[in-house]
Amino acid sequence: MAIKEIPLDRLPTVDELNVGGVVPSNGNSALYATGGWRTQRPAFDPSICTNCLICWISCPDSSIILKDGKVVGIDEMHCKGCGICAKECPTKEPKALVMLQGGFYQSNEMFDRRK
Amino acid sequence: MAQAATIAAERKWSRVESVPKGMTGDHTAAEAMRQINPDVLAAYPITPQTEIVERFAEFVADGEVTTEFVAVESEHSALSACCGAAASGARAMTCTSSQGLALMHEITYIAAGQRLPIVMVLVNRALSAPINIHCDHSDGMGSRDCGWIQLYCHDAQEVYDTTIQAVRIAEHPDVMLPVLVTLDGFVTSHDMERVETLPDEAVKAFVGEYNAPYNLLDSKHPVTAGIMAPPTVYFEHKIAQERALRRAERVIEEIAREYEQLSGRYVGPVETYGLDDAEVVVVGLSTGADTARVAAERVRARGIKAGVVRIHQFRPLPVSAITSLLAGRKVVAVLDRAQSLGAAGAPLFSDIRTAMYDQANRPAIVSYVYGLGGRDLTVDQVSAVFEHLAAPSFDASDQATQTYIGARE
Repeated sequence: MAIKEIPLDRLPTVDELNVGGVVPSNGNSALYATGGWRTQRPAFDPSICTNCLICWISCPDSSIILKDGKVVGIDEMHCKGCGICAKECPTKEPKALVMLQGGFYQSNEMFDRRK
Repeated sequence: MAQAATIAAERKWSRVESVPKGMTGDHTAAEAMRQINPDVLAAYPITPQTEIVERFAEFVADGEVTTEFVAVESEHSALSACCGAAASGARAMTCTSSQGLALMHEITYIAAGQRLPIVMVLVNRALSAPINIHCDHSDGMGSRDCGWIQLYCHDAQEVYDTTIQAVRIAEHPDVMLPVLVTLDGFVTSHDMERVETLPDEAVKAFVGEYNAPYNLLDSKHPVTAGIMAPPTVYFEHKIAQERALRRAERVIEEIAREYEQLSGRYVGPVETYGLDDAEVVVVGLSTGADTARVAAERVRARGIKAGVVRIHQFRPLPVSAITSLLAGRKVVAVLDRAQSLGAAGAPLFSDIRTAMYDQANRPAIVSYVYGLGGRDLTVDQVSAVFEHLAAPSFDASDQATQTYIGARE
């Protein structure tokens, strides 16, 4: 019994499923957009951030985006809006990470919120 | 694995001489497990299953098996460890009783839903409260709908033969489901019996190697197991499970026939007595049905056309066999060693009556509950049931919905 590829263009029928629902790849939870679950959204200000990376290590959904060891943004597709990053962010007021009400981001809001 | 299994039905075995041994039911289960030599056994001792774990631990200590024995801290962990092992391509086994199975409850559904071919020996014991260590089937019936194949055994020999076959059934690619093999606590588990055992090499050859369809530890061929299924796909997964359980009926029969070639012993989905002409039939599981058989022999001497159907394959329920065996009888009494509290009837009774409902010539079907918490069921008691049902004055509409045998009411 080989593990089959799963059709990605439509939902599988009973016979197209693999035994026990096994999916023949790893890391596929990245395909699942959990960002729609948010009722709050983290907003990030790079001018205040010290790049201590406490938010990055605390995020349960690996949704703090790093580039060259620096925080550059939030993964909107996967962030569930739990608020742990903002809670753990050690910067004083004004903080580098705060939670805003509502799940949807306005355009460029993440970097523009203080303007 | 696919290859091994598609030829399984045609595979021929030469008869091997069995060797008789004197063993308790628990010892027999442990002996079958020793010969199977699974990759992983994770178990927690609990009365009356304890002797299985004790003996298997000795086999491990003495180097008689190469099994990784995981001495877990609870039954929940025991079955969880088996799930992890099975998903990693290992042949995994466990065993428990009563509260142990209740503690495994969450994981029983996961093992079945993830289609992990684990074999578990369940030594049936009453569930608390009140606390009781003796036999009834409330533990097994509590897991009735968990999606495992469930094979109820009536003696040590059947435990031995069924445990060996269970490995093949579970791992068959058309099935891929966990299998529960049960024996009655104390009645079978602690009773010393003569058991015909196969040579080690014969069992090793019969169970063969488990070639899993995937292996979580194989990083070159990564898979995702234990998935989340939202409403868009969960439904289809559960239908696939039901279909696999139905397919198992054929596979169980094929493997039973293979095992018959090897050992000369055949365990079918049901065992019958007196059905050539029986008008009054008792249906039951495990040792209770054995008592009914002795009672049937006794009342036949008094002219009652008595018969017995012992259900071995409780899940998947052999519905077509049951309907063809019971249609046209006068009265059928279903003996349950468990209640389904507040339901329309006890578990086996509900199954049998539902299975018979569409039969044009269905018999009257009545329910008896016996033996809760290990109370003995005597031949006299079942003889009285036969005589009551066979009496010209018997009227099923006068019968209580559920009659208790041997209880002070």
